[in-house]
Amino acid sequence: MAEARIGRPALFALRAGVLIALLGFWDLGGRFGLLDPFFFATPIDVIVRTWHDLGTVEIYRHLWVTTIETLLAFAIGTVGGIVVGFWLGLAPLASLVLDPYIKAANALPRVVLAPIFALWLGLGIWSKVALGVSLVFFIVFFNVYQGIKEVSPVVLANARMLGASRRQLLTSVYLPSALSWVFSSLHTAVGFALVGAVVGEYLGSAAGLGYRIHQAEGVFDTVGVFSGMLILTFFVIAVDAVVSLIEARFLVWRPDAGGRPDAA
Amino acid sequence: MMSPKAKNMVWGRSRGANTGLPDRIGMSGLPLARSRAFERHLPDAVRFDRVTSRFPARRRGSQSYVALSEISLAVGQGEFVSVVGPTGCGKSTLLNLAAGLLPPSEGSVSAFGAPLDGLNRKAGYLFQADALFPWSTALDNVTAGLRYRGTNPIEARDRAEDWLVRTGLQGFGGYYPHQMSGGMRKRVALAQTLILDPEIVLMDEPFSALDIQTRQMMENELLELWAAQRRSVLFITHDLEEAISLSDRVLLLSAGPAARVIGEYVIDLPRPRDVSEIRLTPAFLDLHRRIWNDLKAEVLKSYEQARRG
Repeated sequence: MAEARIGRPALFALRAGVLIALLGFWDLGGRFGLLDPFFFATPIDVIVRTWHDLGTVEIYRHLWVTTIETLLAFAIGTVGGIVVGFWLGLAPLASLVLDPYIKAANALPRVVLAPIFALWLGLGIWSKVALGVSLVFFIVFFNVYQGIKEVSPVVLANARMLGASRRQLLTSVYLPSALSWVFSSLHTAVGFALVGAVVGEYLGSAAGLGYRIHQAEGVFDTVGVFSGMLILTFFVIAVDAVVSLIEARFLVWRPDAGGRPDAA
Repeated sequence: MMSPKAKNMVWGRSRGANTGLPDRIGMSGLPLARSRAFERHLPDAVRFDRVTSRFPARRRGSQSYVALSEISLAVGQGEFVSVVGPTGCGKSTLLNLAAGLLPPSEGSVSAFGAPLDGLNRKAGYLFQADALFPWSTALDNVTAGLRYRGTNPIEARDRAEDWLVRTGLQGFGGYYPHQMSGGMRKRVALAQTLILDPEIVLMDEPFSALDIQTRQMMENELLELWAAQRRSVLFITHDLEEAISLSDRVLLLSAGPAARVIGEYVIDLPRPRDVSEIRLTPAFLDLHRRIWNDLKAEVLKSYEQARRG
């Protein structure tokens, strides 16, 4: 890929220019009748509404609910994926037997499970957590499974020659190898946990960012929908930045650690 | 020391081939390469008795692949033995057998007088490829073996620091493998293996990936460490000069498949040696010429096979 040569201030100016052009088009389009403000709102209204909302306690209650759902889905899905990935990675027979079912379960678009989770677990946070888990689990599971399968045979032989017992091989070779794959899929996993939470809220709940957007949509409050989206975007960027920090901390040993320029 | 049977076999094959080289063991009447007489009564550190190694066929119907055929050899205690052969002759298989990572298809491998069952617990293995734990720092890599053995972490750390100094890596303990050069990684691997004080060190072309200067430096360091510890070494290489300059004895392997030991040469060059200087001495050049004559035929053979295959 060609390397673009540009100074930081110039880059910043260009990026700001893109934003201003987009908002300008949006705003002028509304003023000159190209974009109907009823369906498209206006950037000024959206920003004012967002600013106002961020000053209320209400929004933080919704953010908190979504955060909790995301974290729970991420934690449960990750632990489950690691445990099952480890088990199937080290038990060839079980993985052969279960292979078609895992593929089938992964092929199912998980969003269609939302209604059934709502039936089983009610409209509280757990139906959203379950939806997030069903998304996160497979990402982590496939990565751990791959990590176990692709442990370097030389490193493994070396550990054995250095005197590692079977248990020590698990903790000192298989686990770090699998975890490195988990960390490399961290951004995707957290993203999916959030998708599970928001979509779940959207389909039926009493709190959360997805619920707010749904409420606004229900009363044709376009400004509210856009404002919800804007807050959600900020939230995702913040979560992604935290993930990048964690990643940088745990993947120092990797040659390409931090190799994602401008990840957020 | 090789058993009489093994010696006859090696020699018998050579005689069958009628290469007529003067300094083959057996022909010259020299005792088998065991330079230190005081160790003569000790059992061999590693010993192969008519070992054949066969790999199952990849496809049904095709024949299984014989990597090594009826190999007999021995490495005495405190002895430095190199095995040289053309590429693809099964040198790594030989080491995996000695390490117990691979069981022999026929014949037996024994270590210090006891037949090998499973891993060779007395052996340290320096792999050809990078075998360090990429997720651990140099220090943690060096302490790995001690930690597996349940050594007190503080003691393990102290000993590892000591080994990092000995291998010229002082101050690099906190580096991860990818942050180090190939030569530094080899040093870490060397420290990782030698810190456990193995009775025999198995080395699989450990320096082949290094540039020539680094390589000679590492070879000299290896000789120094070896002279201090006096452990047995079974060293695999395709580089004849490296084999001669380091070893007490050089074994020549034929081209694969079904590689055999086809030559055995005592290297009676004085020690301590400097690997870069010893290469210029007449005695070295003489040995080199003699062994190369035999090796050349095998290299040509493996070329032919590669071309036909």
